[in-house]
Amino acid sequence: MLKDFFGKRRKYASIPSEQAKADVPEGLMQKCNGCHKIYYRKEMNKNLQVCPNCGYHHPLQAWDRIDTLFDENSFEEWDNDLITSNPLQFPGYEEKVVKDRKKTGLNEGVVTGKGTIEGQATAFAVMDSTFRMGSMGSVIGEKIARALENAKNEGLPFIIFTASGGARMQEGLLSLMQMTKTSIAVKRFSDAGGFMVSVMTHPTTGGVSASFASIGDYNIAEPGALIGFAGRRIIEQTIREKLPEDFQTAEFQLKHGQLDKVVHRQEMQELLSKLLKFHQKGGEEA
Amino acid sequence: MKQVLEFEKPIVDLKEKISELKRFTQDSEIDLSDEITTLEKRLAVLENDIYGNLKPWDRVQLARHSERPTTLDYVHKLFTDFIEFHGDRLFGDDEAIIAGIAYYKDNPVTVIGHQRGKDTKENLRRNFGMPHPEGYRKALRHMKQAEKFGRPIICFIDTKGAYPGKAAEERGQSEAIARNLMEMAGLRVPIVCVVIGEGGSGGALALGVGDEIHMLENSTYSVISPEGAASILWKDSAYAQRAAESMKITAYDLKKLQVIDKIVPEPKGGAHRDLDQQAAYLDEVLEQSLHTLSKCSADTLLENRWQKYKQIGDYNLL
Repeated sequence: MLKDFFGKRRKYASIPSEQAKADVPEGLMQKCNGCHKIYYRKEMNKNLQVCPNCGYHHPLQAWDRIDTLFDENSFEEWDNDLITSNPLQFPGYEEKVVKDRKKTGLNEGVVTGKGTIEGQATAFAVMDSTFRMGSMGSVIGEKIARALENAKNEGLPFIIFTASGGARMQEGLLSLMQMTKTSIAVKRFSDAGGFMVSVMTHPTTGGVSASFASIGDYNIAEPGALIGFAGRRIIEQTIREKLPEDFQTAEFQLKHGQLDKVVHRQEMQELLSKLLKFHQKGGEEA
Repeated sequence: MKQVLEFEKPIVDLKEKISELKRFTQDSEIDLSDEITTLEKRLAVLENDIYGNLKPWDRVQLARHSERPTTLDYVHKLFTDFIEFHGDRLFGDDEAIIAGIAYYKDNPVTVIGHQRGKDTKENLRRNFGMPHPEGYRKALRHMKQAEKFGRPIICFIDTKGAYPGKAAEERGQSEAIARNLMEMAGLRVPIVCVVIGEGGSGGALALGVGDEIHMLENSTYSVISPEGAASILWKDSAYAQRAAESMKITAYDLKKLQVIDKIVPEPKGGAHRDLDQQAAYLDEVLEQSLHTLSKCSADTLLENRWQKYKQIGDYNLL
């Protein structure tokens, strides 16, 4: 472009100061991903990892999420002994999984089980985006399908918190087929009269948003969560235009009729508790 | 033959040489028939060697071949009285998916499939066979109708994937795919799915929940395109070939992994070399599938469908 020849050239590059470069001390303090304000980690935790200033919802690890929702000592975990194999002998896959097992203390990217919310029993699955981006391979598909079957057999409702980049590439088509496996499990659960709430948290995309996440009786989401099928970069490359800032946020999906509700983390437990009460099976003896 | 693939070049070159010699023999007094016979023998060996040892990447090229038969090609060869119907009744008509009714050997069936174009003009109309949500919703509408009238459903899969566009997201691409997976699980009629070209991720799967899943010999079925996987895993789409190998996307690999039921053979050099032969191969498999499935009660179909998908996947125990 011609104007590039005349544009102002910056003569100096700015180098961040040492102080700015040094990250916030590990553990004690935490910088908000949204407004970059610094808080005591304790304070942030007390606020369920929601920024007191800007309301940014930081990702929650699976067990922290479970702690915020369920009555103390009420939960029982299912199928924690399922671990990932390397069915395609994909180069480097096992090392990555072992690394994430160490990093997160989880055996895979989802915790399933049952527990009570204000005394009401429910089955649940909580995904963890820090384990391989929550990507779904055989283990996650199997655990979610089993949890739905258990819920069906025990007559429990089912609450799922999704957090996933989509299907896991390293297990190839076996991952894709977990979308089918879990969707059939949802169908069976639903046909048996089961009540399911899907709560989409940041991020819920690809094969997970295109399977169980989108077919709950209610589909709700946390504020600001990225929710969508295709990635922003791929869409921008395909349609050759810049996408709006709020594209594929929970609020965007709500506006386009793709969600029932966007719910603040502080109000999540209360809402779920109410929903469980509304859908109690009491009265109608099966 | 318009589009020549890289790995076929030696065959094409040799064929050209043979026809050149033939022309020469005709036009001149010199008899070269010995040489021609030798070369023709060599051609046969070469063809067996190349087409008999196709690498995953070669099959990717064949699956994407611009002359590869599409859903409508098979519809016209295998069925009679096909009537196409349009629209999802909610937003519009997506021509990346076709749906309609037809007779298969005198029995009414519902036929649904991704539809690519064969030239630029048709590809624009068909959006390169990459559906929007309304395409999947149209498909579902016809599946429900098939269930109501007790017609088996035949799905042809041939797409790079669901369209990654702004409007597609706004109208609920995820929900449309998820809804199809869930509803197809419960349809009380036989469903047979055949991957005829590219089976691209969730966009393929949304027509791919069935009682039997078959793949044409040179088709591919993959969780993400080899280029996409390469750019995410190795930050370079040039590694697509490596990704195609690692992800196990060929019919042979997927048969071994017990994801698909049957491999439908292709004529030497690919489906586009002989549509009639290809349709005949497909016909045989389709007939067997529908014959077997028609004997099952609806409850058996549903239970078997669940069992089929339940066992897909691999894991260890701690």
